[in-house]
Amino acid sequence: MSRALALAAAVLASSAFAQQRAIPLSELKSGSAFLGADLRSLQNDDFANPGLLWVERGEKLWSEPAGKTKQSCASCHQDAKASMRGVAASYPKVDARGKLMNLEGRINACRVERQGAEPFKYESEELLAITAYVARQSKGIPIAASIDGLAKAHFEAGEAAYRLRRGQMNLSCAHCHEANWGKRLLSETVSQGQPNGYPVYRMEWQTLGSLERRLRACLSGIRAEMLPYGSPEYLDLELYLAWRARGLPVETPGVRR
Amino acid sequence: MAARIQLPASAKRGEIVEVKVLIQHPMETGYRHDDVGHLIKRNVINVLSCRYNGVEVFRADLSSGIAANPYVQFYTVADKSGELEFYWIDDEGMQGSEKQPIQVT
Repeated sequence: MSRALALAAAVLASSAFAQQRAIPLSELKSGSAFLGADLRSLQNDDFANPGLLWVERGEKLWSEPAGKTKQSCASCHQDAKASMRGVAASYPKVDARGKLMNLEGRINACRVERQGAEPFKYESEELLAITAYVARQSKGIPIAASIDGLAKAHFEAGEAAYRLRRGQMNLSCAHCHEANWGKRLLSETVSQGQPNGYPVYRMEWQTLGSLERRLRACLSGIRAEMLPYGSPEYLDLELYLAWRARGLPVETPGVRR
Repeated sequence: MAARIQLPASAKRGEIVEVKVLIQHPMETGYRHDDVGHLIKRNVINVLSCRYNGVEVFRADLSSGIAANPYVQFYTVADKSGELEFYWIDDEGMQGSEKQPIQVT
């Protein structure tokens, strides 16, 4: 892992768009670093990690024909193990038409445009399964979302959203996950809020959930308004989160408290 | 209901083999309410059974204290080549089953 971090650091150091990290690379910690030994070993167990139930379903969906064109994901992308390797680590991403998309959005765009099918509903079992399957193919690859070009404006909006005080508690994301990570909040340790394990199996949910579901849970926790799934503000924030996590290896499907 | 089952493909006669079962199921406790305040009916897998060449070697009566997507691990003795059959049923009568072969030398 340290070699992967060093490699990512070397790549990013040479990037033209040099932004300062709020948390230095040497102190970046995945959410799994804040877990107890039991949950960490559950995440690392290639059989018992419950998120793998969704990954397996996603593997079936990958080669299932859908929509008017009767095409499956595999019809274009062939074997996901090769074609999807590293893809999730580069999301959210600006597509060819200049639209910022997360992995869920990209999958649904493919469904509508290439397969002629209905998009999967946000947080549906199908969307979680196929997202988890695609993201699993990037396991161990460091996150490296681009904030150059058209992505830059989204990145800046995302950082503003990250630092915006919200809700009745008047807290921003940074108050917990940048200034106070590693400290206790009642019985919990505050994590850095890194997005590298999503979709994650969360014990509190007893199921797999997307990063947006987690963001909504955070917003509810600080008594702020929850935005609808797929709203542009989430996408900007997801890009900012990916940027601040750059160098952390993908762990999908993560297991969290 | 999706399930993951793991056991060694082959074993020596008399060897103790580990069997792992992970089943996708909400294991609804019957104590939760939905968004509009209605009680959600209890629905848990209440029986999980494993037969080895037709003979039951493991049985668990699960209840609402078990988390969603139950993970069960147990041991049995490799006896003859054949099949392990897994069967489970939930409160609503939904049944699931899986089979896994084992080669005993």
